[in-house]
Amino acid sequence: MGKILNQRTVIAVLVIFALVFPLIYADNRYVLHVMTIGFIFAISVYGMNLIAGFTGQLSLAHAGFFAIGAYTLGILTTRNEMNFWLALLLAVLLTSAAGLVLGLIALRTKEHFFAIYTLIVGYLIYLLIDKWDGLTGGVRGLIGIPIPDPIGPLTFESATSMYYLVLAFLLLSIFISVRIVRSLTGRTYIAIRNSEELAQTLGINTRINKLVSFVISVAYAGLAGALYASLTRFIGPDVASTNMVFNFLMYLIVGGIGTLSGPLVGTMLFIWLEQFLRSYQEYHLLIFGPILVLMVIFFPTGIVGGFYKIKAKLQHKKLPKESKYFNPVPEKSTEK
Amino acid sequence: MELFLQQVFNGLTLGSVYTLVAIGLTLVFGILHIPNFAHGALYLIGGYVTLVVMQSTGVHYFIAILASILVVAALGVLMERLVFNPLRNSPPIHDKIAAIGLVLFFEALVQLIWGTEYQRMITPFDNNISIAGVSMTSQRILVIVVAVVTVFLLTLFLKKTMIGASIMAMAQNREGAFLVGINANAVAMMTFAISGALAALAASLASPINLVFPAMGHLVILKAFVVVIIGGMGSIPGAIVAGLLLGMTESMGATYISNDYKDMIAFLLLIVIMTVRPKGLFAKGVY
Repeated sequence: MGKILNQRTVIAVLVIFALVFPLIYADNRYVLHVMTIGFIFAISVYGMNLIAGFTGQLSLAHAGFFAIGAYTLGILTTRNEMNFWLALLLAVLLTSAAGLVLGLIALRTKEHFFAIYTLIVGYLIYLLIDKWDGLTGGVRGLIGIPIPDPIGPLTFESATSMYYLVLAFLLLSIFISVRIVRSLTGRTYIAIRNSEELAQTLGINTRINKLVSFVISVAYAGLAGALYASLTRFIGPDVASTNMVFNFLMYLIVGGIGTLSGPLVGTMLFIWLEQFLRSYQEYHLLIFGPILVLMVIFFPTGIVGGFYKIKAKLQHKKLPKESKYFNPVPEKSTEK
Repeated sequence: MELFLQQVFNGLTLGSVYTLVAIGLTLVFGILHIPNFAHGALYLIGGYVTLVVMQSTGVHYFIAILASILVVAALGVLMERLVFNPLRNSPPIHDKIAAIGLVLFFEALVQLIWGTEYQRMITPFDNNISIAGVSMTSQRILVIVVAVVTVFLLTLFLKKTMIGASIMAMAQNREGAFLVGINANAVAMMTFAISGALAALAASLASPINLVFPAMGHLVILKAFVVVIIGGMGSIPGAIVAGLLLGMTESMGATYISNDYKDMIAFLLLIVIMTVRPKGLFAKGVY
């Protein structure tokens, strides 16, 4: 049983499922659309996971960067009629550049100050988008963002093709995340999260490492935002709202902050939960809010972290008690 | 000149509200080291309770405020007991997330119970008074007077009573306070109660001017954070100075720069300040 359920098989099964999924629901645009939105949010949540989960800096400006990505693509493709792929690239680059500037300043602050600072920057981005009528269309938003341009014979007119496009980006994002976390750089981030002073003592340049981690996380948000804009074809200032970043945070916490599969698990779970609770849309936070609080108190590592804890207990390998986060290293060593 | 005086007065009103909210926030931060994002939810509920008590029972505005203060103070204590106390030994990221969960919950709850409409709070203080060409409603004067009295009483309480002294002791040195036998739980509960009471008072005072609606806590809490950071986390005099400063800046900015961008002024101010001094203007170093 344990041998069939090893990590590689699970991942393979999931990927195959994701690939076959549109064939099952080929004529159901709604299901595909929800799935695609879920994937896009998951990309963004992976970004958040890198900076908050692994490097330990809670950035609440994430929705702002998501919006910068979305608006860059939207403005470039509608006003300037730029090619989608070029606009996508520029959106990611511009978001990263904005992240670099903010990171340089914001990362001088620590812990609570950083969270508050980024929360306020995020809100400021929202206000700017809302008020800067000339550039962003203000409250009316941007309408008629085109679908991605075809690459050779590949066109992106159907819901299925968009699904595959976003899936490809999601897999790429997860792959990059995994590579980062399992590399020396990833260990460095975890060291910073566990104790910045200790990391410094070990000779780690925490400033540069935090900055790089922040910029990568912001690039994820920019990519997700740009994809979101071309999928929904309409964006308003709401994409930058604090509720958006709180949603990302909720997906991350419930899925498992500081784990590699947590963002995907949390996002897909909530995206579908929200669909099932659609008739109570305004009130679903009545349940989600307390869930968030309870998760943080009782299962701070989320569903995925909890799963690994139980698994470890069954194998009589206790995780170190003082570590409140899930540590991905022991999991890797059991693979051999 | 009259316009200027009018704006000074408006700034004082705004600043008084910010100060009241920010003092609650800064007290909790100074003692428990929690940036309580859920403070805005306390403010929100404070406004609604006052409104509902007045509407349903027809009692005087002041009695409704008193009821609201009691309810929200109790809510603050509950919050401390049920959420922040169990999290006291967790990594700092966790209580922020829990606070965000609380915000989401309370906002949805308020919408469920009282709906999403903007509501007016009618008080006995809506008559106009004119002094030296500056016209003002007596509600605005009330805001300033109550804020001054409250801050004065609170300072007396913190300086002259045993409970107040133990709160200050814990803010200054946690371990030291434990050593001399101060009950940490009691102090934490007390702090949350005061913080909730101040939020309720501020909301009840500001609502007749600003209307009551489910998102009313958003801007106020963000600006209170601005005030707390400018004033130095945990410092009450800092919160007073910074609160008034922010109120003035906003009121002047709205008149002389742009009304559309007035909310941005506060946040830009903070970004500039934190860029230059990452720990705030008057920070003595976090305790």
